[in-house]
Amino acid sequence: MAIEVRIPTILRPYTDGAKQVEGTGSTLDELISDLEQRHGGLRARLIDDGSLRRFVNVYLNDEDVRFLDGLQTKVKDGDTVTVLPAVAGGAG
Amino acid sequence: MLTITRELRDHIVAHARRDHPDEACGVLAGPAGSDRPRRFIPMTNAARSPTFYEFDSTEQFRVWREMDDAGEEPVVIYHSHTATEAYPSRTDIGLAAEPRAHYVLVSTRDEDRTEFRSYRIVNGEVTEEPVTILE
Repeated sequence: MAIEVRIPTILRPYTDGAKQVEGTGSTLDELISDLEQRHGGLRARLIDDGSLRRFVNVYLNDEDVRFLDGLQTKVKDGDTVTVLPAVAGGAG
Repeated sequence: MLTITRELRDHIVAHARRDHPDEACGVLAGPAGSDRPRRFIPMTNAARSPTFYEFDSTEQFRVWREMDDAGEEPVVIYHSHTATEAYPSRTDIGLAAEPRAHYVLVSTRDEDRTEFRSYRIVNGEVTEEPVTILE
């Protein structure tokens, strides 16, 4: 079972520069744990205190998983998961 | 150094003025590796705030996918400050996550003059760069 995961530039140091990696799992949480086996440190960039980080966007196919089930979103073979850092800031 | 046409610069300034006093934000896309902005993409500020901006996540996905399909990348990420100077704040620096982009800051705090400055923000370090305007 393979799920394609697209990695943004800023996280490619964890994947030896690869813009796309593969993983397995039946939920997003499991998938991220699977990726962590081969790309140590990646999980901590995506998850903080058990939930998806505020300024990291994760999409299952073309939907933001925040509108699905967050880390419990079910994933399957043939799905594409895309990670994009949120673009945000401001004068504060 | 940021090289940008007068037209693209004017689009950014007009967007910032239009959204004032909320912060405006957007992208200039260009061919990947060219370092030349070509396409103006104003984005919705989902925060709609005078002190914070955030791209709508679904819109960002669509725009990033379109750029990828077209062999483009975000050459410039711009936003405006509406009451403070056109310099990256700690929030701006902390959240900058596109190391290859030029971060353009515009200030609309003065209604007669718009400040337009550009920076690289890499690993938490800000470096201002000169802007060359092509007429």
